[in-house]
Amino acid sequence: MSFIPLPDPDPDILKRRVQIAKSLAKIAPDAVFIEDEEGRQAYETDALTTYRRIPLLVILPSTTLEVSQLLAYCHKEHIQVIARGAGTSLCGGAVPTNDSVVIGLSRMRQILDFNYENRTAKVEAGVTNLGISDAMSDQQFFYAPDPSSQIACTIGGNVAMNSGGTHCLKYGVTTNNVLGVKLVLMDGDVIDIGGQALDSNGYDLLGLINGSEGQLGIVTEITVRILRKPEMARPMLIGFNSNKDAGNCVTAIIASGMIPAALEFMDKRAIHICENYAKVGYPLDVEALLIVEVEGSESEINLQFDHVRGIVQKFNPKTVRVAQNDKETEKIWKGRKSAFGAMSQLSDYYCLDGVIPISRLADVLGWVDHIARHHDFEVANVFHAGDGNLHPLILYNANDEEELLRAEACGAELLRLCVKAGGCLSGEHGVGIEKRDLMREQFSELDLIQQTRIKTIFDPNWLLNPAKVFPLNAPGRGGIEADIAEISMPGGESER
Amino acid sequence: MSELLLPRDHKDLSDIITSASHDKTRLEVIGENSKQYIGRPMRVDRTLSTRQLSGINFYSPEELVISVRAGTSLSMVEHTLRHEEQQLAFEPIDYGHLFGFKTGQGTIGSVVACNLSGPRRIRSGAARDSLLGIHGVNGRGEYFQNGGRVMKNVTGYDLTKGLSGSWGTLCVFSEVILKVIPRFETSVTLVLQGLDDRLAINALCDAMKSPYEVTGAVHLQKKPVSLLTDPKISTLGTSLTAIRLENFETAVRYRSTKLRTQLSCYGDVLEFGEQQTNNFWQDMQHLKFLTQSRAPVWRVSTAPQNGPILVAEIERVVPVSAVYDWSGGLVWLEVPATSDVSASDIRRSLAHLGGHATLIRADREVRTRTEVFHPIPGAIGKITRGIKNSFDPHHILNPERMYAGL
Repeated sequence: MSFIPLPDPDPDILKRRVQIAKSLAKIAPDAVFIEDEEGRQAYETDALTTYRRIPLLVILPSTTLEVSQLLAYCHKEHIQVIARGAGTSLCGGAVPTNDSVVIGLSRMRQILDFNYENRTAKVEAGVTNLGISDAMSDQQFFYAPDPSSQIACTIGGNVAMNSGGTHCLKYGVTTNNVLGVKLVLMDGDVIDIGGQALDSNGYDLLGLINGSEGQLGIVTEITVRILRKPEMARPMLIGFNSNKDAGNCVTAIIASGMIPAALEFMDKRAIHICENYAKVGYPLDVEALLIVEVEGSESEINLQFDHVRGIVQKFNPKTVRVAQNDKETEKIWKGRKSAFGAMSQLSDYYCLDGVIPISRLADVLGWVDHIARHHDFEVANVFHAGDGNLHPLILYNANDEEELLRAEACGAELLRLCVKAGGCLSGEHGVGIEKRDLMREQFSELDLIQQTRIKTIFDPNWLLNPAKVFPLNAPGRGGIEADIAEISMPGGESER
Repeated sequence: MSELLLPRDHKDLSDIITSASHDKTRLEVIGENSKQYIGRPMRVDRTLSTRQLSGINFYSPEELVISVRAGTSLSMVEHTLRHEEQQLAFEPIDYGHLFGFKTGQGTIGSVVACNLSGPRRIRSGAARDSLLGIHGVNGRGEYFQNGGRVMKNVTGYDLTKGLSGSWGTLCVFSEVILKVIPRFETSVTLVLQGLDDRLAINALCDAMKSPYEVTGAVHLQKKPVSLLTDPKISTLGTSLTAIRLENFETAVRYRSTKLRTQLSCYGDVLEFGEQQTNNFWQDMQHLKFLTQSRAPVWRVSTAPQNGPILVAEIERVVPVSAVYDWSGGLVWLEVPATSDVSASDIRRSLAHLGGHATLIRADREVRTRTEVFHPIPGAIGKITRGIKNSFDPHHILNPERMYAGL
């Protein structure tokens, strides 16, 4: 069942499946091959489970050399390839097509080097996000971007999607924390971009690679910036009588000249679902809850909380509570981080990822509610308020085709609202297949062609992670020059 | 040279470049021309300046975001931000002093185009990390935008970062949108004197490894110290290792006490108060530690611990004057004007240490025969060519400023 179209598989490739598998096994005999249908089925989707396609073949290499050899063959034979980390993408970023080979990086999970003097860590792409921080916690260091799926998601996947997280308000997202990558190009060439230095040489290729959704190459090693943990971190819980008060309070906190380490928002539905699941002591008599985390020594933290309290008072808070110790801090975050898991036990949900300017927070939350009701859905809001990154969760029944269609229509309308409010379609999940056909809401044809040309430079035959990011009829798609000429010739310039 | 091309809006800009692309007219792209001596010398037909693309489109202090037309002077942007007690997080360096110009020149577009970042880069990221969105026109004359005004955005490829630091060779920005940060309540600088380079970098790295959020970590050899503006500092007669803390008053007090104790194993720790701190770091931002001469200057980016190793290797061949920023990861090297201005020695060292070197100041003739930007290897070179050809197929924007043949 599918509503977002995926291209028909190439029957010739499907017919040659066994032969392709044999050839690849000869090339990379030490890689793990998953050829049986049941095994391949485990790779048919990601966290956007509505869309499923059993891939041609799944291969789990353990070295960059193997990845390079596999890609070189697929390039020569014109076979599409999808790189996969832990498959936690919420936008269908790792959904295969039937005629594509999935290259899973899960066996590449070595931590290659920690250098505390230079404050860098070099790891293989299959290491989990949390695995990096855990491996150096005895040295009091951490890797800052912390997506909700950090226990499972891989750093390679984080680079592909330029993942964010709760603490990105202070520390930036993946692209701000990656110093270098080893990238295998589709033709098998291996290149090292950046390294331990803070800025890289020539054009900012790292800037292009981060967030390119696995379409420019396969990243096998990553050098990240690591940071010393703060002396202490404490969250404050603030309950409000309305979403509007909470939204306006967020704007006021940022406007006051203070940037907390995290500033999260939960509406009433989200609070109840999380509390019911995690039993962490969230107040249940409020309409909205903010979690404001600050860092530093005890006296610094107290001072920052005094500042926050001064602001909060102007927005009729119903509860203000500060975590008194590490245990309480952990509990508060456990509730927030379990939001998506808790939600999935109650209902299917469709998680959006639009971003808006924070000054529009209170207004837009009202509109989110209005649009959801118009489409006859309940919606829960739990999101990174400090940077305006909304995550409305539309609750629906995935087994009901009609409801799924309506949920997607509702989601599309909400994302259009974000763009109209001055924001964008995706803050941290990526475009994948989910938002592919909405790209024209945000970009003109000329905007899009600048991007599709980049894809063509790295992957001239458009074999990597097919059918993602760009509408299937986007200009320049597939490196087709005719499109480019048509769009870019207002002044009569001759293209070739 | 015929008269300056001065587009007034992005439509103008697009028309000019479309026409230049059609006629294969090679354009030198400038803002206020403050960086004219950086890069490979170019052969161009016309000069296009963005300086009439000027003014602030919107500034929302409560959202920490400002959108500025690319030809707006940096000093005006900084002045506007200061009025609201805000600032650019990346503290852009100013090349004016280095080339004998006044400081405070240059446009915001050029800051982004050259990815100019100062000492605070070590904590808050480079110019590209504060850049939220861009509007511009490529070498085909196509007007496009990427990114936006919001703090997080992963919609499509990140050309915003991809185009920063491309020195006007891929597109001409018409508008840039930047994230800004509040000004800090106060600041202090902890200072160690007389350390040799290696020990100094160890001290800086120790400070960076602390939880005290250091926002500046520099080491100056004895000679560059003597060039600083503040006579109390310039007459110290020793090398100087400086660590900056910026925050609210209570935090700065607490952290400086803690850090002083931690650093005391390196010797007596002096403290610059707020005024002296401001003066000192402004000197760092304005590169006042370099001579106003024609002596060649290199900007070397490497891993912090490799900074002093590189300098020691070069010092074995020629006498140099070195200043380390970013806790050792950025080295400003003033070298004697030998025939290859130490290019091969520096790049040989970097081949095993990792990193890259850009020749920032040298005579025109030297910049013609020496690779100004660090050479790029095979497959990356191919991608670089592909990117240049994609944005600027006729090579009309700042032709060959970065690399020969591009």
